[in-house]
Amino acid sequence: MDLTTLAALNAERAARRATVLVTDVASGAQRLVKAADIAADPLAEVLGRQLRMAKSAMVELDGKSVFLTVQAPPPRVVVTGAVHISQAMAPMAKLLDLDLVIIDPRSAFATPERFPDVTLLTEWPDEALATLGLDAYTAFVALTHDPKIDDPGLEAALRSSCFYVGALGSRKTHARRVERLASAGFNEAAIARIHAPIGLDIGAVSPAEIALAILGEIVSTLRGPRRTPA
Amino acid sequence: MISTDTDILATAEAWAKAGRSVALATVIETWGSAPRPVGSHLVIDGEGSFQGSVSGGCVEGAVVEEAVEVIGDGAARTLEFGVADETAWKVGLSCGGRIRVYVEKVT
Repeated sequence: MDLTTLAALNAERAARRATVLVTDVASGAQRLVKAADIAADPLAEVLGRQLRMAKSAMVELDGKSVFLTVQAPPPRVVVTGAVHISQAMAPMAKLLDLDLVIIDPRSAFATPERFPDVTLLTEWPDEALATLGLDAYTAFVALTHDPKIDDPGLEAALRSSCFYVGALGSRKTHARRVERLASAGFNEAAIARIHAPIGLDIGAVSPAEIALAILGEIVSTLRGPRRTPA
Repeated sequence: MISTDTDILATAEAWAKAGRSVALATVIETWGSAPRPVGSHLVIDGEGSFQGSVSGGCVEGAVVEEAVEVIGDGAARTLEFGVADETAWKVGLSCGGRIRVYVEKVT
């Protein structure tokens, strides 16, 4: 591989943009196709399909064996709330290779002591999310219980193509949240994207167990369940 | 954490930019039960240092050896490993699967 191609691939990845590297296995000929250029590419159909599945694959094209190295951005989890649950999520997300970003304007909560090795933004969600950008490789989780902080985040998430949106709170809390979002103009289908009650139903009690349930639900949404219930 | 294949590609770039000779190995096909999925990478330098994995450690030694040759002659090649392989007793996959690995030099 050309070092220029390798550097370009890594740069796209760092900018959270997808690419497909097309390699003719017999000749070694290679070219990098950026996500934005896929539609106009002669291989648009097969490149688009592999990118949607985020899967590298060997394909036969005009009698040639071609390997497609698919680079989808790493999945990211953006959380509002520098709370006990997100403290437990931090080491778990790291093991799962999920990039974790925690947003909380309350500087008493969002301290580096409580959140070492985590991207921590002591800002209001609307400001923070405008800079971060929510994409199809991002999960958004609202954990503060405070509508002032959670709602702007949820609204931004529902306007985005986030692959997962979840919000902590009892059924009552969520019912009030649904009313607020409806009066803010979100329709039923948009609001139904929110996973609430949040997390897989594992009977979670402690903050760490709730963090596990939430991350389990995020991974399940990302990968899709594989086993059929007996 | 060097656990994702992207980190391996970043490592390949960093090593090449630091002036090391670098080869990149990629799992391009798997059959049956294979330890690492298609697209997994192993980066190797001219000294045989490596990072990443293309199997659960079963065939890395052989891939590293071939990679050092790829670095030497610059020609990319495709390697195949599996229980049906004649070298199975030396370097095979105990899980019973087969894999093909593409090894190329970073130039």
